Amino acid sequence: MVLAMFVRKFSSLRVCVVGSGPAGFYTAEKMLKAHEGAEVDIIDRLPTPFGLVRSGVAPDHPETKIVINQFSRVAHNERCSFFGNVSLGSSISLSELRQIYHVVVLAYGAESDRVFGISGEELKGVHSAREFVWWYNGHPDYSKFTPDLQSTDTAIVLGQGNVALDVARILLRPPKELATTDIATHALDALRESSIRKVYLVGRRGPVQAACTAKELREILAIKDLHINIKEADLLKTSADEEEMKNNRIRRRVFELLSKASSSAAPHPSLGQRELHFTFFRKPEKFLESSDRSGYVDGVNFEKTTLKGSAGSGNQIAAGTGQYEDLNCGLVLKSIGYKSVPVDGLPFDHSKGVVPNIRGRVVSSSDDAQTEDGLYVCGWLKRGPTGIIATNLYDAEETVASISEDIAKKKLTSASSKPGREGLSQLLENRNVQVVTFTDWEKIDSEEKRLGSLKGKPREKITDWNDLLQVTTK
Amino acid sequence: MFISKISRLVGAQAFKGLPKAPITIRSKRSFFPLVQNDYFEPSSHRLFSTTATETSPEENEEAQKISVTFFDNDGEREIKVPVGMSMLEAAHENDIELEGACEGSLACSTCHVVVMDVEQYNKLEDPTDEENDMLDLAFGLTETSRLGCQVIAKPELDGLRLALPAATRNFAVDGYKPKPH
Ligand SMILES: Cc1cc2nc3c(=O)[nH]c(=O)nc-3n(C[C@H](O)[C@H](O)[C@H](O)COP(=O)(O)OP(=O)(O)OC[C@H]3O[C@@H](n4cnc5c(N)ncnc54)[C@H](O)[C@@H]3O)c2cc1C
Ligand code: FES
Repeated sequence: MVLAMFVRKFSSLRVCVVGSGPAGFYTAEKMLKAHEGAEVDIIDRLPTPFGLVRSGVAPDHPETKIVINQFSRVAHNERCSFFGNVSLGSSISLSELRQIYHVVVLAYGAESDRVFGISGEELKGVHSAREFVWWYNGHPDYSKFTPDLQSTDTAIVLGQGNVALDVARILLRPPKELATTDIATHALDALRESSIRKVYLVGRRGPVQAACTAKELREILAIKDLHINIKEADLLKTSADEEEMKNNRIRRRVFELLSKASSSAAPHPSLGQRELHFTFFRKPEKFLESSDRSGYVDGVNFEKTTLKGSAGSGNQIAAGTGQYEDLNCGLVLKSIGYKSVPVDGLPFDHSKGVVPNIRGRVVSSSDDAQTEDGLYVCGWLKRGPTGIIATNLYDAEETVASISEDIAKKKLTSASSKPGREGLSQLLENRNVQVVTFTDWEKIDSEEKRLGSLKGKPREKITDWNDLLQVTTK
Repeated sequence: MFISKISRLVGAQAFKGLPKAPITIRSKRSFFPLVQNDYFEPSSHRLFSTTATETSPEENEEAQKISVTFFDNDGEREIKVPVGMSMLEAAHENDIELEGACEGSLACSTCHVVVMDVEQYNKLEDPTDEENDMLDLAFGLTETSRLGCQVIAKPELDGLRLALPAATRNFAVDGYKPKPH
């Protein structure tokens, strides 16, 4: 009895985290640890948790996904609850959430794309890497997506970051190696039928500026029986390049790998060999429409670029040279960055695609440093779409430190008690939202593992919305 | 991961009918009283201790463990680590907060530690390309950074001092500058 009162008193901090990716789970973990009385609810629009760890990280990177074990332990904490299939903006509004909870942390990631804004971008066969990734990772919004991999032998990937390398690797890796991963079956089938033999990875700048990391680069260079093409002339460094490399260990190591790959590559591909071309100093000018398949892409027109020092920063930028060149292809994957989408009532910086914030506190308007009471951000929505899973750990530490400071200043709990979890459940019930709990997710999880074991895969992802919801009712 | 290891070793011990290891608190503060280090000794040592007649099991046990001190925001903590065990496992068994998102499979960099003495650092085997690839991404990388899951206890490392990155972030405030590689 006394204990129960004690618990009630200290359970008065009601926290809602929106988004169950790394940023959401690390925030929940740190909140539960820092505040013994906090009750943390995590909502996600999908019936499945873990964000891009499930729908972004490549199927052939199972070790990277092990972090799911840690997140599942957080979800099993008795003060933590998962509400899947609950979407901020349609199941519930931001102002409603803020009424129900003392603290709302938005960690819903970046579910849109940066665009070039050049002609032909809407042609069939031009996709964002995000769409392609969601498709091969079985995201339920992309189970009906059908990229055409059979009308062409060439794909152009625009961008040279890790996501670009991921999609290029999936296109080039022998499908029988992918068959033992958790890749979506619709994607595996399409890749088995794929006629794509040649992939261009195109960057606006040079090999010193390539945005990938050594791990991903080493991996793609190691694909069996793959011809690598890197123009030797592109590998000549300027003194500005040397300067950039001196201060950046990753760039140094990436450049070394590219140089080594270039010098050890065979001069020509053997017959039928798959090819990966690293193409530097090219900026897309327009997408070209096919003359015999109207509405479809059949190439990209590029402007050649050269590097110009940008004042002060030490970083060089790509400037056009006025010389142009076409590259033919039947598939284009744009990998130039994800972008977050705003929800009603949320301050948003449209040019950067993030929520303006000071150490995780949402800033009301850009001209003053006024912050919104009880509203915080974390992860890609806060920083923009960069960094690895671990980056979100440090990011969550920062946001939780801000929350803790505000609690200490009595800014948050001074308001009367809030309904929290019961309030949310009630509201969702009134709206007939079918909430997917963590136990429900575990049913999906074991069904996927069971289906996978029949095919020698670690899991067979259920990719259809209805099927996912169906499994939870069994 | 650790749980399965506990049960495996405990199981093995029961099977061999060994007497239960004496409960000794070795670390200054034991936050994890239910899990004694004794359960985690490599099984080779267990076998050895049943056949060894010259040295007493106690002495033997000490010889197989090294002292490692972790430094974090709350101060320092000395623990005994059995030879052959990784610093990540050792930290977890002693409830020291070292992250290990990928559970030691060289895919995350969250187990980043800074070796505080250069001589100690030099006694470690060079990091592999794969470890360097992950170190590239470690937060607050220094000249003597390593991944905790790849540093394995060996006798020469007795007295090893490791700083956790949270502590390095504090040092940075106090004027300690981590150097980029
Ligand atoms: C293709 C790709 C591959 C990657 N590979 C790696 C890798 O190998 N290693 C690595 O360390 N990092 C990798 N990353 C980076 C890593 O995935 C990100 O750093 C991390 O996932 C960002 O975390 P987040 O929580 O901010 O966003 P997310 O992981 O995107 O999580 C956002 C969550 O919010 C949910 N959501 C969205 N909108 C709403 C809404 N309106 N209401 C409720 N919920 C909503 C989403 O369903 C999702 O679950 C990769 C990223 C990508 C894109
Ligand atoms: S635990 Fe992931 S790299 Fe060490």
